[in-house]
Amino acid sequence: MSQNRKNDRDLEKYRRMQRIRQFEDLAESIHAQGEIPGALHTYAGMEASGVGSCMALRDDDYMVGNHRSHGHPIAKGAKLRPLMAELLGKKTGVCSGKGGSMHLSDFSVGSLGETSIVGSGVPVAAGAALGAKMQGTGQVALCFFGDGATSEGAAHEGMNLAAVWKLPAIFVCENNLYGMSTPVANAVPVKDLADRAKAYAMKSFIVDGQDVDAVEAAVLEAAEYARSGQGPVFVETKTYRYADHAVNMGRDLTPRGGEEHEWKARDPLTLYRDRLEEAGVDGAMLDTIESEIADEVADALKFARDSEYPQQHEAFTDVFVDPVPMPAYLRA
Amino acid sequence: MAKTTFLDAIRQAQEEELERDEKVFMMGEDIVCNVFGTTTDFAEKFGLERVRDTPISENGFIGAGAGAAMVGMRPIIDATISSFLFPAMDQIVSIIAKSRYIYGGQAKLPLVIRSCMFYGNSNAAQHSDRPYAMFMNVPGLKIIAPSSAYDMKGMLKAAIRDDDPVLCFEDSTCWMNKSELPDDPDFLIPLGKGDIKKEGNDISIIAVAGAVPIALKAAAKLEEEGISIEVVDPRTLVPLDREIICNSVRKTGRAITVDPAHQTCSAASEISATIVENVFDALKGPVLRVTTPDTHLPFSPDIEKPLYPNVDRICAAARQLMDARQTVSA
Ligand SMILES: Cc1ncc(C[n+]2csc(CCOP(=O)(O)OP(=O)(O)O)c2C)c(N)n1
Ligand SMILES: [Mg+2]
Repeated sequence: MSQNRKNDRDLEKYRRMQRIRQFEDLAESIHAQGEIPGALHTYAGMEASGVGSCMALRDDDYMVGNHRSHGHPIAKGAKLRPLMAELLGKKTGVCSGKGGSMHLSDFSVGSLGETSIVGSGVPVAAGAALGAKMQGTGQVALCFFGDGATSEGAAHEGMNLAAVWKLPAIFVCENNLYGMSTPVANAVPVKDLADRAKAYAMKSFIVDGQDVDAVEAAVLEAAEYARSGQGPVFVETKTYRYADHAVNMGRDLTPRGGEEHEWKARDPLTLYRDRLEEAGVDGAMLDTIESEIADEVADALKFARDSEYPQQHEAFTDVFVDPVPMPAYLRA
Repeated sequence: MAKTTFLDAIRQAQEEELERDEKVFMMGEDIVCNVFGTTTDFAEKFGLERVRDTPISENGFIGAGAGAAMVGMRPIIDATISSFLFPAMDQIVSIIAKSRYIYGGQAKLPLVIRSCMFYGNSNAAQHSDRPYAMFMNVPGLKIIAPSSAYDMKGMLKAAIRDDDPVLCFEDSTCWMNKSELPDDPDFLIPLGKGDIKKEGNDISIIAVAGAVPIALKAAAKLEEEGISIEVVDPRTLVPLDREIICNSVRKTGRAITVDPAHQTCSAASEISATIVENVFDALKGPVLRVTTPDTHLPFSPDIEKPLYPNVDRICAAARQLMDARQTVSA
């Protein structure tokens, strides 16, 4: 890769991580004021896991995610306006206001869903990989899921199927140490979740999930391996979520043991900014990126606020290809 | 023209659609070895890429069907016996039924999940389910339950070409039913259209799946007694052809719903409620349900067989209705 292209790519990684962080910070604050209905699971602290993974993919590669859904599409390159509008329940939202915070899925960047039933995305990703393989497109399907999801049967069934059929799938397990209030050690008898992959004779990597370059390198290798027909790969990103399981619940459900200070000392954005500056990137340029992103995020919120809510009849579209009937009492 | 069985109608429908569209493929447990005769010679003809034996992993491969469908394939998933849909409830309900909706129409899931209802033959409670009604309570799933070879072929072909997920419930008591089948490769019966299997004037019997042939037998017997029966087969349960049902009952003024499922929240219950809500003014008596009572299905044949709807129970309900008096439940 030429130095110029590497620089562009590095800046893009920084840009996407900034986009996620600033999007999440803003979302959390307007959620606190009641502007976003429902639960909000933020991705702050985990940016390197998502961005490193997605930067390693082709634009047309597929991606499936989970309830902690905001970071994944941003990492894959989605525009912010429809994402923010979705959080506010607007018609212009990426899911037309039908999905909300747990389902920020933008199919235009290769997403096939962000599903809030823990573990349920894994079989879907295996199937997308099967479809890609059968159609000979050379695409891979990447699935993000948490440490908690590795105890779900669906995750195991999906991984087994992908392994036995040698499907081009990448299973990125974002181990952020907790599934809601449950420390991973109380839920899983192995120290490294990548050990789960051994039962499926699956190639696996364990990476520093705070280091976007490390994640990118692992997923690049995984993608090459999967694309070449050798089978799926499991990538465990060791990471940390800063906010509570879901924000603004009044009390922190996460039984942290002081480790949060160590993790925050290795903040993925700070780590990466330092690395870029050490490599000679001008700090002023990074400042500019940060303020451009601040504008982008503010613009997304303005767009969302200015957008209309969906009409009642839109609750009856997309059940099937054709709308289902709306009862007369809702027509008024 | 030679007559063909219901099972062979399934085979023909799949074979024709596999031939027509290379995006169509099949997966399921032990389909290569062709346990029931619905995939005869498919592996040789279409290859093991398109006719895939799966691990015993319903939640895995049914979910994978969703993923494959979202990226442009058209899977036919053979779940063998309908009881094996339960381990895949998560993928069917949370992924397959809802993905189009929660993503605001971004997803398309053209897939068919076939399963047979294997009751009435001492397979005991865990293998004898008729669970379509459970899925009727989940928006986003089209549900078909054909009762003849003719309907089976035309509806399964339509289901495979449909852009929405379709659950196809195949009543094993119909497996050997025979019809003359059109060999037009585009023979399709649109989903959501019921069929009058027999016209009549006194009572409408709305029967589901394997209850249709039984209702027809009961109708013949009742005709001898001078009671004229109309037999309505909804064929598709979602979307339900409420119009054909209501029109029939408006004409006859009496209705019996017959359904091999357990009574509570059965298809028969939904059909009965539809009738009562829409054509109450035309009713000359209560709407009766002939279903399977709310107990499990025992292994021992002598106590299993009488639990299902049969000719005698339908005739008794019909006679009861023809009595002008208000009646107790059939
Ligand atoms: C099948 C299922 N069970 C329980 C829940 C409730 N729940 C939502 S998120 C969550 C924790 C998930 O933990 P993990 O997979 O590690 O993801 P994280 O939230 O840490 O990113 C739980 C228990 C759910 N959504 N789905
Ligand atoms: Mg977790």
